[in-house]
Order: sequence, then structure tokens, then C-alpha cells
Amino acid sequence: MSTETRKLDRVVIRFAGDSGDGMQLTGDRFTSEAAAFGNDLATQPNFPAEIRAPQGTLPGVSSFQLHFADYDILTPGDRPDVLVAMNPAALKANVVDLPDGGILIVNTDEFTKRNLTKVGYDSNPLEDESLAKFQVHKVAMATLTIGALEDTGLGKKDAERAKNMFALGLLSWMYHRPTEGTERFLREKFAKKPDIAEANVLAFRAGWNYGETTEAFAVTYEVAPAKLNVGTYRQITGNTATAYGIVAAAQRSKLPVVLGTYPITPASDILHELSKHKNFDITTVQAEDEIAGIGIALGASYGGALGVTSTSGPGIALKSETIGLAVMTELPLLVIDVQRGGPSTGLPTKTEQADLLQAMFGRNGESPVPIVAPQSPSDCFDAVLDAARIALKYRTPVLFLSDGAVANGSEPWLIPDVDSLPDLTVEFATDPETFQPYSRDPETLARPWAVPGTPGLQHRIGGLEKQDVTGNISYDPENHDRMVRLRQAKIDGIEVPDVVVDDPSGEAKVLVVGWGSSYGPIGAAARRVRKLGLPVAHAHLRHLNPFPKNLGEVLRKYDKVVVPEMNLGQLALLLRAKYLVDAVSYTKVQGLPFKAEELQDVLADVIKGVSA
Amino acid sequence: MTAIDLGIPGLAGVPTTDEKQTAKDYKSDQEVRWCPGCGDYVVLNAVQSFLPSLGLKRENIVFVSGIGCSSRFPYYMNTYGMHSIHGRAPAIATGLAVARPDLSVWVVTGDGDALSIGGNHLIHTLRRNVNLKILLFNNRIYGLTKGQYSPTSEEGKVTKSTPLGSLDHPFNPVSLALGAEASFVGRAIDSDKAGLTSVLRQAAEHRGSALVEIYQNCPIFNDGAFDVLKDADEASRRIINVVDGEPIRFGREGEYCVIREGFGLAVAKSADVDASDIVIHDASDLNLSFALSRLSTQDLSHTVTGVFRRADRPTYDDGARAQVSEAKAAKAADLSKLLHGKDTWTVVG
Repeated sequence: MSTETRKLDRVVIRFAGDSGDGMQLTGDRFTSEAAAFGNDLATQPNFPAEIRAPQGTLPGVSSFQLHFADYDILTPGDRPDVLVAMNPAALKANVVDLPDGGILIVNTDEFTKRNLTKVGYDSNPLEDESLAKFQVHKVAMATLTIGALEDTGLGKKDAERAKNMFALGLLSWMYHRPTEGTERFLREKFAKKPDIAEANVLAFRAGWNYGETTEAFAVTYEVAPAKLNVGTYRQITGNTATAYGIVAAAQRSKLPVVLGTYPITPASDILHELSKHKNFDITTVQAEDEIAGIGIALGASYGGALGVTSTSGPGIALKSETIGLAVMTELPLLVIDVQRGGPSTGLPTKTEQADLLQAMFGRNGESPVPIVAPQSPSDCFDAVLDAARIALKYRTPVLFLSDGAVANGSEPWLIPDVDSLPDLTVEFATDPETFQPYSRDPETLARPWAVPGTPGLQHRIGGLEKQDVTGNISYDPENHDRMVRLRQAKIDGIEVPDVVVDDPSGEAKVLVVGWGSSYGPIGAAARRVRKLGLPVAHAHLRHLNPFPKNLGEVLRKYDKVVVPEMNLGQLALLLRAKYLVDAVSYTKVQGLPFKAEELQDVLADVIKGVSA
Repeated sequence: MTAIDLGIPGLAGVPTTDEKQTAKDYKSDQEVRWCPGCGDYVVLNAVQSFLPSLGLKRENIVFVSGIGCSSRFPYYMNTYGMHSIHGRAPAIATGLAVARPDLSVWVVTGDGDALSIGGNHLIHTLRRNVNLKILLFNNRIYGLTKGQYSPTSEEGKVTKSTPLGSLDHPFNPVSLALGAEASFVGRAIDSDKAGLTSVLRQAAEHRGSALVEIYQNCPIFNDGAFDVLKDADEASRRIINVVDGEPIRFGREGEYCVIREGFGLAVAKSADVDASDIVIHDASDLNLSFALSRLSTQDLSHTVTGVFRRADRPTYDDGARAQVSEAKAAKAADLSKLLHGKDTWTVVG
């Protein structure tokens, strides 16, 4: 064998196939291999809203993109260096993203006349010149897999289903990946069906051996481990990190958690995950609807638990009235919104960050609610813990704005020492002598949390306006004015950390401000423009209400402020309104994260404009 | 789900007191602001009078309400209380009941709150059998919004919003609750304090969801809706009060009775039927309870009161707590172990 090995600093691979082809599993396994090898990595699944769209069609294409590198990376990558296409639909839907010279590995077995016609190919692209600008590897994956499994006694159909593991084996060989983890995983996953487990392991090995023994592949690639901070890591998705953050909040507050929720894409995995951890004093209630979900959470909070509800944008719309009740009754409540494309049902499986103004203003009356947004999958853990801190300390509902990109994306996570996590212990009111339902802590303006069962503190709360201090119903004009301002002052006064500006040169005149999941693409774009010799500063907001106290000062330091968002400029609107800053809004709503390269162009243009 | 003991009475887990309580202890310092003559006063009085007999610690009793005239109820009770939002009280109370086994949780709601805007929560709470007592004040009208027809108003009801008569077919709340397989369903009339108290007591002692429909007069927007049931003579011919295990007879001298007819029940004169044909009430029989609920007609020519159904089945909140305690017993709450998961790698300096 005369295979050459090339060293690369980073690679982006995209596995694409039919939604029944197991592409998410394939990508997930390759990710685990990369993690075990010590690369830094980031992933982005992309799948249809339909569970099984008609086979072989464009709407049925599911893909998983994985970026791994020998240095710290921020995004799942703009474009794949390698595209694995399991059928014509996957090729057609994804080949536009493959740069010239990119590697294309195609499962030729699916390129039948019927399948080609189904997606509108007049001629077979594997036989005409249309793919000439790529390095194409045609592999009969299904045939080879069936051949490899001939002796197992499995039927053709079952054998053929293991072809995704053949693809994984081939790619694992190409990139010198460790294989033990995958074989162990397959044996565990199919522990109850040992023949299927063995078939998958055989298919995986067949893919590896195919690379090794055929001469089709002249080059293999190595990506060295990344130099990450010292510590123990695992791979984690945003939804899992969110669920773990809630478990941690239960532990650190010593409170039971009650999750009241209704299944909705892309938030359901938080329910699935939390329902597995009842041993941490976590109760999960799958309610009859979104409104009941948050009602159950609020009722539990009233009873002295940490009430949590999880949903996506349409669910927030339904929960609005109960969020208002939580504002009025000043009870802790954690409201998780995993944003997706909207309005209405919108794009359930695609990402967007267009619920910011809904979170900020989407209720009747003056109804201020703190907003916290995670910037990456692993950051969901810290961010949701901080949201819980605010809810418990200030006795308020808190909106946690995750989105489809962070929720389903994954990355390595430096596992924290649990003793270093913040102490969220709360004190319940117990003293009948001093108790007033709406007296306030002078520091936080929070009212006492007096739970039913406490002797002598019997009192009534509700949605009607409260008299200051006593909490009795009051229609007094002066009192209403005072209470509206008190509720606002409580939220405005929440302690949040100052925003940190990343400006390595210290010479930037342009500041790019982002929030939530755009952290990766903005950060990567900023690195790129700096490499071009154009200084740029990046500030990323975790706290959107209240804003960090230093934000106004930070914004005023720069000649121009650029705000990229996956909406039509919602943060830009807030920044302009509050700080009178002439923010340049860059927006895109395609249901996909920004690409670093497009933001690079945007930033470079603004910087050049300022210099000129 | 091994931890569920079906023999648990409704108030198990709620701390009791030996201190003597009176109705006065249950009156809050808030001025009651219902209209003069409102049936809600009578219900409030009955509840305040009956609660002391349960011997519970007052701080372990919670009233949760929605929106509407009746939903002001918690303000007048010197217990814990939440006046929540329209239709959502059963959901909020479910969260409270799941979180706190030591509370006796009551929901106060009306025909609009429970059956219109909150209909979904009501049926799901009943089907889950959450340990809540739901008092549904049915005055067959929207009072707080000043007189529109409600989901229990009779067809053709002329109101501000239906000058040509309403087109809606009304709910029979007892049939609805039984359709959701509620484990306890009762009905009482506001003016009948003894009957109301008896149903309330049985509801309180029942483990699981208890729905009590209370016919309640709105003197402003639907005055006299239940007058025929309040005239002693008329009432004797119309009200069929059922008691578990007893033959269903009514009338001053028991001259009327209930017999089987086809798949349902019918009213007959006791003199015309063999005594063995008179139906004996069995509150554990869902089909019989449902058939009884169909004897009540919207025009009140007959109205069944008492406890239609009382059956033991596992409650949602007991089950939810059992799952948590079993999980705790089976697996230590080791956060560090959870965060590490199965696949970790270590970067050394």
C-alpha cells in the first residue's frame, strides 16, 4: 500500500442520507471517536420535521455535520471538506455546499434510475461531468455491506441497514480514528439483539478494511489532538447540558424540581433527559397542554419547589398569561424556550433567535422578566444554573432562550467540579411576627417565599394588583403605579456580570455584539478578520434583561457597533432604544446558523468603512 | 408503583391538630364582596363551618381558584390561597399537589372557568385522578363579565351576547366528569347546607380528584335559575338524592323511585313497580353513575344530588411521588457521576 498520510489542522465532514439511513447515529459516533482522540469539535445535526418523509426524496434528507480540529474551534464549520452522500437526494441537497476540490464519497447502490428521477436528475451525476470539480469516491456501500454480512444469516434487508456503519468504518480509516469505542457502543446499543450488534460491528470493520485494502484512496488524513485546558471532558449537547444544569440547580438549592411541560420540537429532549433523573428529587409531569405545563410548574413553585417548564416559541405564546401571573405573584419559575423558526409552527427543526422580543415584551401590562441566553451547547449548563439563581434569589420567572442550534449541537465540555458550582440555597419565610406577603428584601426587592404549611403565614396571592407590603387586593391608583415601578426596579436591579469584550489587539474601532448561539460564528468570523489585519472587538451577551451594567459604556467606546442576529434585528432594536447607539443590524433567517465566512465579509466591510 | 396503598383516605399525609377550631378561624380579615343574596355566601359559610370538623392544621389547607365571581373565594378563607388565572386553577393545583403531599388542596371554580376556558384542564385532572377537591359553582351564567350565557346555560338563553337566544347545547357537568372517569363526582344545591356539607365531607375524605357541582344562584344575572328546587313541594318531586347502597326513592313519602329502562334509568312511581325493581345506588359502578347523571335534565324536572361516584383508583400525585422515592432508593443522587456520564477523556498538562 502506498497510501500517503497528510496532516491537517481541521476537517469538516458531513454525513447525509435518507432520514431512515441512520445519519445522526453515524455522525454521533464519529463525534465520539473524535472526542476520545482529543480533538476539539463542534457538531450540527440537520433533519426534517417529518419523522419519515417519503424515502429517497429531498424533504427526507437528514444530515450531520462535524468539525474537528487540533485547536479550539467555535463552530460546526461553514462548509464540509468531505461529503458522504448515501443517496441521490442527499447528494442533490448537499453538494452545493461542497467547495471545489472537496472530497465526495457516494453510495452508488442508491443511484438507480428511479431514485435519480425522484429528485429530478435527468442523468446520473456519477456518470456525467457534473461532479468533475470534486474528488469523487464511488463506493457500492450497500452491496459491500451485504457481502460482508453474508455469513451472518441476516436477511438482505437487515444487512443492508448496516451500511451507515460501513460508511463510518471507511471514514474512521481515512481519518485514523480509534475504533474500540464504536465497537463497544454497538455491542451495548444492541445488547438485546446480539446478531444485529455483530452485523453492525462487521459492517463497521468492512468499511475500515475497504479503505485499507482497495487502492481507491490514495490519501489518509491525521488531525492531531487539540491543546485544550487541563481537565476531564465529555461531549454534550445543549439540551442535555440544560437538563443537567436543572439537576445541578436542584442539588445546589436543595429544592425538589417539578418540570411541567408538553412535548415540542426542539425542546422535548429536556423532558426526556430529566425524566431519567428522578433520583435527584426531580418530578416530571407531561401535561395536557403548554398552559397546564407552566401552571403545574408555578403551582409547584408556590409549594416551595423549583418549578420549571420547557418549550419552544409557540409554547411560550401559550404560556404568556401564566408567566404574567408569576410576575404578579413574584414566585420563582424557570421558563426554557428552545427557539425554532417562526412565526406560528414555522420551521420546527430549524434554528432561529426570533423570540427575544416575545420574551422581553410578550405579555399584557408592564411585565418585566429576566432573560438569559446560552452561547454554546456546553454553556447551557452554566447559563441555566444562572437563570435558576436569578429565579430563586429574586422570586421571578426567568426566560432561558436556547435555540435549535445549541440544543442539538454538541461540543466537548470541561466537566466542572460540583463543589465549585454556585450555592443556590434559599430561605423560606417562617416568622409570623414580621411576615408581610409583599414586604421586600431591601437589596434584591424580592418578596418573602412563604410556602403553604408554614404556621401563622396563611395569606392569599393572585393575579389582581397587590397592595404594597400587605399583598391585599388594591385598586388604588397610586399603589398600582408604585407596584408597577417596584416590579420593574426589581428586575432592573438584578446582579449580572459585566460583559467581557474580546479585543486581542486593543485597537478595534468596530464592536460586534451578539447573543445566544451566534457566539461561535461571530467568534470565528472575528478571528478571521483579525488574521486579515483588521482589528475587531466581540462582546457576547448572556444577559439580555437586564443588560450588564457596563454595556452602555462598552457600546460608546466604538465607532461602529455591528449586531448579527438570526432574526430581523431584535437585539439591535433594544440596544438602539436603550443606549441610543446607531447599531448596524445584520440579519438572516434561513433556519440555519450563520456561516463564519459571511460574517467575516460583513465585519470586514464595516471595519474598512470606518477606517476609510 | 408499589408504594400506593389504595386504602389511604383522602387526607392521609396532611397534619392534624387537636386544637379546637371554629368556622370563625377560617374567616379571613377581608370583606366579602359578592352581591347581596349571592349563593356564594351560603357555600362559603358551609365550607367554613365544615372544615373545622376535619381537624386539619389550617396552614396545610390551600384554596386555588381561577377567574370569575366564585374564584374570589380564597380571599375570604383564612388558609393559604391563590386566585390564579382563568381556567387554569386545576393545573396550578396539580403542581402544588404533586409537590406537597402534606396539603389538602381545594379548587374553587365556576361554570365558565371550569367548563369553558378551563375545560381541558378539568377533564385531564379528573382522568389523572390528582388528589384535589374541585368545587364547581354552577350558576349557568357569566356573572363577573355581567351576564353572558355560559356552557351550562339552557339552549335559547337570551342574554346580552345572545339577544336572539343562545345556540349552544349545554354541558351536564356530572356527565362530563364521569366521562373523564372521575373517581368522585357529587352534586349539591347551595341552599341545602346539610346536603352540601355531606357531599363536601365525602369529597374531602376521598383520595383522588373529587368534583362537586354546586347549583348556585346568581341574583343579578340569572336570578331564580334553581327556584324550582328550592320550593319544598316542587323539590320533593324533582330532587333525587342518592346514597350509596340504598334504593333510590324520592318524594315526600318515597313515592317516586328510579328503575332500569333499556340501557339507562327512568323515574317511576314506587307504587307501580315491584320493590325489587328499584335501583340500589352503587357509587363504584361507573355505568350506573353515568346513567344517574342522565336523569338530570336542563329544565330541572329531575335533578340528582348526592354522591354519584366514589371509586378507588391510584392517584397521579401518589404515583409521581412513588416514582421519585423509588428512584432515590435505587440510585444515589451523585451529581458528579451524572455529569461525567459514560464517555470522558482527560487532558493533562
